[in-house]
Amino acid sequence: MLRWIVWRDLMLAWRRRADMLSTVFFFVIVVSLFPLGIGPETQLLRTIAPGVVWVAALLASMLSLGRLFANDYQDGTLEQLLLTPQPLFLVVLGKTLAHWIVAEVPLVLIAPLVGVQFDLSKETLWILFASLLLGTPILSLIGSVGAALTLGLRGGGVLISILVLPLYIPALIFGAGAVEASIMGVSPSPHLSLLGAFAIVSLLFSPWATAAALRISLE
Amino acid sequence: MRGDRRLFSGLDFAVSPGTFVQLTGPNGSGKTSLLRILCGLLPPAEGEVSWNGANIRSLGEEYVADVTYLGHRHGIKDELSAVENLRITNALNGIEVSKERASEALGQMGLAGRDSLPARLLSEGQRRRVALARLLVCNTKLWLLDEVLTSLDKSAVALVRSLIENHLNGGGIAIVATHQELELAAGRTKRLELTT
Repeated sequence: MLRWIVWRDLMLAWRRRADMLSTVFFFVIVVSLFPLGIGPETQLLRTIAPGVVWVAALLASMLSLGRLFANDYQDGTLEQLLLTPQPLFLVVLGKTLAHWIVAEVPLVLIAPLVGVQFDLSKETLWILFASLLLGTPILSLIGSVGAALTLGLRGGGVLISILVLPLYIPALIFGAGAVEASIMGVSPSPHLSLLGAFAIVSLLFSPWATAAALRISLE
Repeated sequence: MRGDRRLFSGLDFAVSPGTFVQLTGPNGSGKTSLLRILCGLLPPAEGEVSWNGANIRSLGEEYVADVTYLGHRHGIKDELSAVENLRITNALNGIEVSKERASEALGQMGLAGRDSLPARLLSEGQRRRVALARLLVCNTKLWLLDEVLTSLDKSAVALVRSLIENHLNGGGIAIVATHQELELAAGRTKRLELTT
């Protein structure tokens, strides 16, 4: 069942590739603007790199969150998904997983490449990759709650950002913290463990919260 | 109850197997709301909906497995072809439909040869036919159909009529909100008129 939902959403995303690519391009461009604007001061660039890459990832996922349920809502398929004989949180989990694969994984993969512009060492780039790999599921999971709550509202896109971005702060602190620790030469593992713990907590709670929010939005 | 407006109250009816209920009433009288209450999307402000003697809230997924609801929004994905739409909707409802069975059902709905086009290239009536093709492959007992006859031509309306007749002969229930008259040869027909 979960398999069908993920497969459906991946196929829909593939048929609308432009949406997926725009998120990736947004991320690459925002991250690249900083080295261009600041100039070749490697010390400064290294200092700001963790924050810049992570904030750009947060903003890029804002772009795709609005579409998570909105398209299904408009053509009536979301109603049908609610009326399938399976727990709604499974449907939500499937859609969130598909969103992560489509919108977040490309960012994770391309982040080490754009990180090179900030004169980061090889180990730090790996830590950047690992922190995003652990942290981006949090963005999809918590973001899905915001997307479900703002479904069908006018100006939902802005509202999602206001609702969800503050909830991203722990992920941002520990994610950027891990990269920063690696630049300083200390072990990033405490930060990564906390990030992982936060990911597990959001995996446990957000599908239920999203399911409840969807029921309210579709009444 | 929509907003602070009371659409209907004191509504009490029971439907037995093999019965066709035609739900009529002017625009805005609450036909869609009633169907959404019946399928469980909308909780009633007061009262309850029962299925086989048990409240549908407590039955949960067990009840949903017995119901097919077609809303006035088709529930068709524009990016997917008719076959893909039909197969995915059914798979999510726990019925695996092969490609051949799906295109056969779509052929019966008069979409032969067009079933692999993306749904956005189909006309409004054809998309409605894709949505209705679900009724051919599902095995649910209760059909809740909301304005399914809009934008359908005469032959398609006849097709829907025979679909419902077969369903009633098999002991099913159909509750249909419509402005058009559906004269059925089989089963009992009940008429439920909502007024504003």
